[in-house]
Amino acid sequence: MVKWSKYVKPYTSAFILGPLCMIVEVLGEVVLPKMLGSIINSGVGSDVAAGKGTAFIIMMAVLMAVTAVLMLLGGVGGAYFGAKGSVGFASDLRMDAYTKIQSFSFANIDKFHTGSLVTRLTNDITQLQNFVNMLLRMFLRTPGMLIGAIIMAVSINPRLSCVLLLVLPVIFIVIYVVVFVGFPRFSKMQVKIDALNTTVQENLTNVRVVKSFVSEDRENAKFNKASGELKDAGLSAMNVMIIMQPFMMLVMNATVLTVLWFGGNQVIDFINGKLGMEPGDLSAFLTYINQILMSLLMVTVLFVQSSRAIASGRRVSEVIKEEPDINDIAAAYKDKEIEKGEIRFENVSFRYYKNSADKVLDNINFTIDAGTTVGIVGSTGCGKTTLVSLIPRLYDTDEGAVYIDGVNVRDYGLVSLRDGIGMVLQKNVLFSGSVEDNLRWGDGDASDEEVKKAAEYAQADGFITEMDGGYAADIVQGGQNVSGGQKQRLCIARALLKKPKILILDDSTSAVDTATEARIRQSFRDDLKDSTKIIIAQRISSVIEADKIVVMNDGRITGIGTHDELLKSNEEYREIYYSQTDGRKV
Amino acid sequence: MVRSLEELKKRYSYGGSVKPLPMRGGPGGRGGRGGRRAVSGEKGKTVSRLLSYLGAYKYRFIAVFICLFLSTGASLIGSYMQKPIIDRVAGTVSGKSEFGDKAITKVVEILSPLTGGLGLSENAVYLLSGIVMLAFIYIVAMVCTYIQSKLLIGISQGAIRTMRNDLFAKVQTLPLRFHDQTTTGETMSRFTNDIDNIGVMFDSTAVSLVSGVVTLIGTFLLMLYVNPLLTLVTVVFIPVFTLGGSKLAKKSSTYYKAQQAALGSVNGYIEEFVAGQKVVKVFNHEDECIEEFRLLNNELKDKQTKAMFFGGIMGPVMGNISKMSYAITAGLGGVLCYLTLTGEIGAASMMALTIGGLTVFVQYANQFARPINEISMQMSNIFSALAGAERVFKIMDLDPETPDDPDASDMQPEGIKGHVVLDDVSFGYLPDKTVLKHISLYAKPGQKIALVGSTGAGKTTITNLLNRFYDIQSGSITIDGVDIKKIKRSVLRQNIAMVLQDTHLFTATVRENIRYGRPDATDKEVEEAAKTAYAHSFIMRLENGYDTMIEGDGANLSQGQRQLLNIARAALSKAPILVLDEATSSVDTRTERHIEKGMDAIMEDRTTFVIAHRLSTVRNANAIMVLEHGEIIERGDHDELLAKGGRYYELYTGLKELD
Repeated sequence: MVKWSKYVKPYTSAFILGPLCMIVEVLGEVVLPKMLGSIINSGVGSDVAAGKGTAFIIMMAVLMAVTAVLMLLGGVGGAYFGAKGSVGFASDLRMDAYTKIQSFSFANIDKFHTGSLVTRLTNDITQLQNFVNMLLRMFLRTPGMLIGAIIMAVSINPRLSCVLLLVLPVIFIVIYVVVFVGFPRFSKMQVKIDALNTTVQENLTNVRVVKSFVSEDRENAKFNKASGELKDAGLSAMNVMIIMQPFMMLVMNATVLTVLWFGGNQVIDFINGKLGMEPGDLSAFLTYINQILMSLLMVTVLFVQSSRAIASGRRVSEVIKEEPDINDIAAAYKDKEIEKGEIRFENVSFRYYKNSADKVLDNINFTIDAGTTVGIVGSTGCGKTTLVSLIPRLYDTDEGAVYIDGVNVRDYGLVSLRDGIGMVLQKNVLFSGSVEDNLRWGDGDASDEEVKKAAEYAQADGFITEMDGGYAADIVQGGQNVSGGQKQRLCIARALLKKPKILILDDSTSAVDTATEARIRQSFRDDLKDSTKIIIAQRISSVIEADKIVVMNDGRITGIGTHDELLKSNEEYREIYYSQTDGRKV
Repeated sequence: MVRSLEELKKRYSYGGSVKPLPMRGGPGGRGGRGGRRAVSGEKGKTVSRLLSYLGAYKYRFIAVFICLFLSTGASLIGSYMQKPIIDRVAGTVSGKSEFGDKAITKVVEILSPLTGGLGLSENAVYLLSGIVMLAFIYIVAMVCTYIQSKLLIGISQGAIRTMRNDLFAKVQTLPLRFHDQTTTGETMSRFTNDIDNIGVMFDSTAVSLVSGVVTLIGTFLLMLYVNPLLTLVTVVFIPVFTLGGSKLAKKSSTYYKAQQAALGSVNGYIEEFVAGQKVVKVFNHEDECIEEFRLLNNELKDKQTKAMFFGGIMGPVMGNISKMSYAITAGLGGVLCYLTLTGEIGAASMMALTIGGLTVFVQYANQFARPINEISMQMSNIFSALAGAERVFKIMDLDPETPDDPDASDMQPEGIKGHVVLDDVSFGYLPDKTVLKHISLYAKPGQKIALVGSTGAGKTTITNLLNRFYDIQSGSITIDGVDIKKIKRSVLRQNIAMVLQDTHLFTATVRENIRYGRPDATDKEVEEAAKTAYAHSFIMRLENGYDTMIEGDGANLSQGQRQLLNIARAALSKAPILVLDEATSSVDTRTERHIEKGMDAIMEDRTTFVIAHRLSTVRNANAIMVLEHGEIIERGDHDELLAKGGRYYELYTGLKELD
């Protein structure tokens, strides 16, 4: 677990004052019955002669009212500090977790999955916030009440208090049962809830499949089963609570009756002038017994709540504790920038899972000269994307190393390394915002002309100016309002604005028509002469003019050369080429 | 470049990205604008419908309420019984005759044969009898509470299960339009949040409400019985409670809404940027993201602190106001008690108060706020449950797919040859926006028809009309000369196998997923189908081969592999008509070549409609239809169309963007 104290520290005052306020409330709770008892004992008196009269009664009542006012202030204060402390705690935690995610490498992100990161940052942290709030308000209150009430009870009548010795073990057994029998059942119920949700979600996303295979009945049966299982799990969990409830009532009532019997007899003795207990004390004592039992019940609730919070805490903690597996702490030339853009792979091997036998890349060796264009082709899953991801250190090699301008990529500072590389990802994302906002990701300080220029190079300027609002036109989340080809061109323009020494396009023009694509390639040749360009493509036509084409299969390079060379020498390349052209010239 | 808080709030506003759900039957459906009045008028109907789910449990429910009255009554009387007992032991027996004392005296009589030999004083016998009586009352309360909660949980879980099943079954019958217009998340939240809220109402709210009201009235009556003057003083506090309570509730709900808005922004931001995290890294954009997030997070912190504070003071404020009334009744009651003892107030007077009376009365005063609090809290539960129920029922009231024609035929697959004719078909998802205009085409049994054109041209729509995912507005579609509206929907769909581009998989084994279309297929047939689809070899490389569980929508499979599984599914089907909608779009060109033979085998003897992005896949079709803006602009076979030098030529040679 992470050091939670770090998130408490800025709110230390709230974390101290909150429980203190609650102590005020508890103290009031504990003294009020005693005051009432003294009204009955001394004020009224069981015989008129002993009574201290109305003045005393009114004085006590005023004291009680003042206590109530103090309790009100305490309660409000407790709520204030509770809110301040818990919200502050959660807010800092969320900030930290988010900041942490920013430092994650691709491997870290893959490990958690996007969906799970989102729930950890939202639901789980909210869960923790509620727990801390409850902690701040109940942490001292419940045990305070317990201890206070026990002290008062004992001080009133130590002999009668012995009843507690009998009751407490029984209550502890009940709590134990709830915690150890109830918890597993509740977590089982949670599993069933998840299963039910999965069934619904799959049914909804697969609605076309369900309908076209006419399998509604089978889907209903599947759901009814999940639904029935959830019902059974729910009943089995609830049963623990249902049995506990009357059992607790039994214990509490039995205690009260026992106290009433022994206490009542003592009062009778007292009235008869023997040693005994005053009637007001009996009523106060009964109240304290009640308070003791109630706070024990509260402890059970705290247990239940904390089990959930602990689970959330663990999940958040995993994010914060996760060490980014790529960093530049050991970089030898932190401030070095990429100057030429020459890339060399030396004995590079890579696997995604450290213990898997399958190598995604196996002993890759080749060099890309500065300023040249290299195409990479090969079937899906052969390792093309992985190969180029090693250049900006999105992943690190397992064996061997990648060198840029003769320097191991691990020796560059991460920021300067990635600043020098423009990469257009295969699974690319535009963010909600204007077209210009999106393009400026490449360079926040770029002039308007530079932005326009980059868009022109990427053949995007034309359709941007036709959009409603031009460069200020709105892009919705995920870029759903532009076509696939337009989205790809915007992503290219965004990368070009970085004026990178190395430009990597990972299958980034698949939805762009070949004529437009050819113009993009032309502007690469004319306007990005000095940059090294790496192009991964499905279509041979995208790489046909490259200085060098790399053919990959199953994590290995099977051929390097120009189009004509490969057509002659590489069986694989020929196959790909003919599968697309059917022998027809491109 | 960090955006301002204002801009961020606007962009990630709560629910901003969620489109409102049309009320009935989609756009143009009826009753879209019920207005506020109509909605509130439906409240009563919603409640009675909810109650109908409890109808099956009528007798059990009556039993619950009997137990509820008994247990609440028992605890009220139990608390009152302390009065005569304390009075007797304290020796301050009141002059008034009252029911508690009478009851205990009766018990003393009954128990006298037993207590006679114990040698107890008269008062002690009275005390013992009182305790015996209390024990009896407590046991009644306890047993009733147990029976009541046991029955209730059974009822609520059962009713909820029925409701859940009804909802799911209903969703199965809804037309695709519903699914088009409603996000999965939205429908999911009917199953989770809304049904949960209704469940809470079933198993706790109703009972708490009834027991709260009974306790409130019972306490009030008992207070009146003990001392009317003191009761009056307590009653004065009621408006303070209700007024203060509702003021606070209002305030806290305002802040709660503000908090929800801020939370929505933060969640929206997290969702967008965590999903795009890899792009953030590639652009070294981490610092900007952190700064923007900080702005939103601080805003949330501010709003949340307020919301939590106002939500949190409700309890202490109400509780401690009730402590005031406790103090005042203690003082006033003490004085009354004193005056009764000194004789200034006659023992028989209305004002008279004994020590026992004082003890129970202050308890009542202290607890008086509790049921009021409880009731006001339950009201908010009820409102959210009712709102949830309304949303659930709204789905249940949606029109299902139009029912089959009563004399629709149930042609058997062996009987259908697959002669498909579309005659002058026009269709629009919205009535005023026609997507397909006057489409006419035919496919003879066993022919392969390709549909080509840019996104939105209407290719997929045509295939969706074939199996009646949507019904056409004009024209006709026939299969073997029978209008598809005259064929049972289930029969029609069983005769058309579809392979969709974005097919998702189910949480089940690979085998079960392939078998999805034909549950009675043998293992051998499944494997044959997988081999035909070129999926066998990668399946064998999976951890458990065909028995490998696919989880999380097949996250461990590539998009291409998932498509191969879908093709295997279709290969297993015996349907005479086959629709391939971008079925191999994510399969690389070389693998596509490999499965070509298999595809040919699958398509053999079947009428096939192919939609493909890669034109190489459609070259050998018997006829190619080029669609644009919902119209067929060119038709013919590959060579004819190329020779024509029109749109197809442009697309094929890459002169035109396909997307």
